[in-house]
Amino acid sequence: MTRRADTLGFEAVVIGAGPAGLAAAVSLRQSGIRKVLVVEREQEPGGILLQCIHNGFGLHRFSEELTGPEYAERYIELAGEAEIEFLFNAIVLDIMPAEGGHRLAVLCEGRGFLQVEAGAVILAMGCRERTRGSINIPGSRPAGVMTAGLAQKLVNILGYLPGKEAVILGSGDIGLIMARRLTWEGVRVKAVVEVQPFPGGLARNIVQCLNDYNIPLYLSHTVSKIHGNRTIEAVEISPIDGHLEPREKGRFTLTCDTLLLSVGLIPENELSAKAGVALHPVTRGPLVDGNLMTSVPGLFACGNVLHVHDLVDWVSEEAETAGINAARYLRGKLTAGRQVSVRGGNLVRYVLPSRLTPGDGATVSLRPITPAEDVMLSVRAGDRVLFRRKYRRIMPSSMLRIKLKDLPAEIDSLEVGFTPSPAGTPAGTEEEA
Amino acid sequence: MTENLLCLSCPMGCELSVDYTDKKLQEVRGNRCPRGVEYAEKEIFHPERIVTTTVRVAGAAADLLPVKTSKSVPKELCFRVIEAASACTVSAPVRRGQVLIADILSTGADLVAARTLKKSGRE
Repeated sequence: MTRRADTLGFEAVVIGAGPAGLAAAVSLRQSGIRKVLVVEREQEPGGILLQCIHNGFGLHRFSEELTGPEYAERYIELAGEAEIEFLFNAIVLDIMPAEGGHRLAVLCEGRGFLQVEAGAVILAMGCRERTRGSINIPGSRPAGVMTAGLAQKLVNILGYLPGKEAVILGSGDIGLIMARRLTWEGVRVKAVVEVQPFPGGLARNIVQCLNDYNIPLYLSHTVSKIHGNRTIEAVEISPIDGHLEPREKGRFTLTCDTLLLSVGLIPENELSAKAGVALHPVTRGPLVDGNLMTSVPGLFACGNVLHVHDLVDWVSEEAETAGINAARYLRGKLTAGRQVSVRGGNLVRYVLPSRLTPGDGATVSLRPITPAEDVMLSVRAGDRVLFRRKYRRIMPSSMLRIKLKDLPAEIDSLEVGFTPSPAGTPAGTEEEA
Repeated sequence: MTENLLCLSCPMGCELSVDYTDKKLQEVRGNRCPRGVEYAEKEIFHPERIVTTTVRVAGAAADLLPVKTSKSVPKELCFRVIEAASACTVSAPVRRGQVLIADILSTGADLVAARTLKKSGRE
């Protein structure tokens, strides 16, 4: 017997109920869009914030320091007031073009296969952690090797400790936060090992998560071997040479029953790619224009699915922009217009958006390749400098965001890059031409 | 005595070298502004941290409730705050901001719920 799948109709659908999805949905409603659905694979909204029980969220957004669950709850309450509909325990399998917009194939626990039609879709699926498979550590494959985020879920949500003695590979913020969390719960954290010559996480986390508990941080080192049969017993740690290859000289072994990996995050874009969305080779997120619309008209992206953020405050802000522009798109008010490409120049790992419309203003996000001091960030259109700002120090761990006023109508391309700036000049000085 | 500190007053992150006696700072080097001195004073003589952890919760869909101290507490008390939280069990429903342990360890800070949990039928 065959049965036709239920079809639900909405003006806009948001995929993911984490911080990006919640803020995007609220923004759509505030922009006058009536029927908004959020599809979420977990059983409740909040996303990864629910397991980030530490504080430090919301300083920009709410001018106070909140924990992850508190930050999430503020947006969950806004979503409740805005009468947004949710579909929980549901995953989106496909996004296809349909008459009047897009059709989503959705599997939902208890409801089976559903089709959802909407004029606009906002991608807010977030990112996932890189695993041992992404970094190829030699040795056996015992239990006890896991990502830092998984350990965070075990400890903070499920109430289990992963082991008694831990080593952490990677000094990203989640790894640092977990070093302190495990220490507080009685686990001995023996070392944090970082392949780069500088830490991957924010300075505050180095101080308050490692230095406070005398946890050694080995920069320019890596885990070169994992020992153990059924369970991990020890890791071999080696200094690395200029080509990131482990060296024998200075090699040592630490016994441990847990190895946490905090070795980077990847935007989760299998669904976007299947829908024909063009991806950025560096961010691994969609290529977007100044309206945060992807290469597929009517599909927008925001938050960690677009590029990995270090502050949730910027995720919320970006998601609001996506919501406002998706609403304009639904009303036919998003003008196509001429777009120019935006390139990352000196010391810039990536810049986003990758296309901007002359005449419009824009928020531009970028990340530096390496740490540097006393530099000048410039936005240029050919020989013309449109924006300049001095920075005393830039770090790859800190995303920079700048707001450009209306771009001149006659420009052909934009380049964002750093140049050395004489020391001693006041930081934060900016000019706009 | 001399201690090296990373100043967290702003994103610049000056590396401070601080000379001090039992009672006061003698010299702070490496700071680019006066906030570095204030930071060193606080960090050396009365460092404080906000503690975030979980407590057991009964009668909710989740097993654990995230909690935090309502303000920062002396750094050396962090482990004792965690212990006190581990010994605590609360019953759903719980409201965000609800005080679970008032004036924890006489610090003047309360241990408060960091999220709302509804009562659920689950055993």
